[in-house]
Amino acid sequence: MKGNEAIAHAAIRSGCDGYFGYPITPQSEVMETLMEIEPWKTTGMVVLQAESEVASINMVYGGAGCGKRVMTSSSSPGISLMQEGISYIACAELPCVIVNVMRGGPGLGTIQPSQADYFQSVKGGGHGDYRLITLAPNSVQEMADHTSLAFDLAFKYRTPVLLLADGAIGQMMEKVTLPPARPRRTEEEIRKECPWATLGKRHGQKGNVITSLALLAEEMEAQNLKLQAKYAEISTNEIRVEKYMCDDADYVVVAFGLCARICKNAVETARANGQKVGLLRPITLWPFPTEEIRGLAERTKGMLVVELSSGQMVEDVRLAANGKVDVQFYGRLGGIVPSPQEVTDALHKLMNH
Amino acid sequence: MKEEIIIAGFGGQGVLSMGKILAYSGLMQGQEVSWMPSYGPEQRGGTANVTVILSDDSISSPILNEYDTAIILNQPSLDKFESRVKKGGTLILDPHGISRMPERKDINIYVIEATDEANRTNNLKTLNMIILGGLLKVRPIVKIENVMLGLKKTLPERHHHLLPLNEQAITIGMNLIKKL
Repeated sequence: MKGNEAIAHAAIRSGCDGYFGYPITPQSEVMETLMEIEPWKTTGMVVLQAESEVASINMVYGGAGCGKRVMTSSSSPGISLMQEGISYIACAELPCVIVNVMRGGPGLGTIQPSQADYFQSVKGGGHGDYRLITLAPNSVQEMADHTSLAFDLAFKYRTPVLLLADGAIGQMMEKVTLPPARPRRTEEEIRKECPWATLGKRHGQKGNVITSLALLAEEMEAQNLKLQAKYAEISTNEIRVEKYMCDDADYVVVAFGLCARICKNAVETARANGQKVGLLRPITLWPFPTEEIRGLAERTKGMLVVELSSGQMVEDVRLAANGKVDVQFYGRLGGIVPSPQEVTDALHKLMNH
Repeated sequence: MKEEIIIAGFGGQGVLSMGKILAYSGLMQGQEVSWMPSYGPEQRGGTANVTVILSDDSISSPILNEYDTAIILNQPSLDKFESRVKKGGTLILDPHGISRMPERKDINIYVIEATDEANRTNNLKTLNMIILGGLLKVRPIVKIENVMLGLKKTLPERHHHLLPLNEQAITIGMNLIKKL
């Protein structure tokens, strides 16, 4: 099945209570698949086409406030529209899943794949000091697995989780094994898991309040410090990375999502030619695998970062490498995807530098 | 075994669905598969293409430099992909949409007059199955019974009565393909 379809199937199987979205290429199959499966007839999950992305994210805000497992999905321009809501949700400490199947920008851009929303995703696309756990699937299988994982992380840390894919992973078809089906939680189970949820107060109970507003600066600073402590905990626990042939590598390619697949092919070619090249693939873009990259920077001769952008993640790789090694960049823009040969050529340039 | 295929033509010729049937056929025989479409606005009218990989091992990149086999259904696609067939690889074309024949001497070129045949039987929708038949004659990468299983999986149930017609089209294609 397609990557987008895998997200829809995995959402239902993750016990999702509600999906709110607005169609946009190249991710429309997420909602299309949900509408086709009609989960409201089986698990009771709500699937709703909102009037806009702004409405979708605020419906997610409302559902999340009730402790429900809720999600939305969109593509780059639509995700930009959601940024205000995402900032509110992050501040209010609510769990939810947001899927961005990136397309070429800026502006309305194009419908072909891109990774140019990296900055927006990991450096706070909305206002204020907040972070999003950002998962970067590179296969249809991971589209399914990460949907399930995203819900788990969102509830573990009471924070929005972003699944950052690109148009190609969304549109391509591969073999997939869907995660085991979990039932939706009952209201009692939600009250137990989410004592903060606004489910209506019971006799003798104090009401829960969900807000992102604190007019006193002292209160707002306290809330910020609480968030920062949580982000520090996430940074300690949740970094995920895949290393391929890195152990004896002289040169390392760093790439995520679709680019990591293309680069793996180039690494295979290099290895077949006896060149010691490895691949490091950040699976979480935030928290970023800084230590892993620092370790490799200390003992390799060069790094190549490949992205479908003008160079965004490369900044974090250079920060991690901290000048210890030459970090070069290769990227294509606006929806163009490089071939494995282009990566091989960029690798040669790095090795002959 | 690993087979890397590009299928390219105009939107509406069934390029993407032929790739899908091929991918599902690979799945039916337990292979790793990837189906990577050009999903741009070209799907309706302009050129459309799909990269299909069938492999016994895991597949790294779904996007490729060059291909074992190219199935070419129009001139822009021939211009784009002729040079990207691996040496010793296979190029199958329908001359209906071709104004300039390929020039390479280091690949195997086959011709299948599938559009004419589909027009003759007044069923243009079987065009891609005729071509698929031709492909399987010269590159027997999947068994016909797995193709039929794959087809059953991709066709909605309401169209399952068309399965025999499709199988027939495959046979026609097998007999129709000729070496250039």
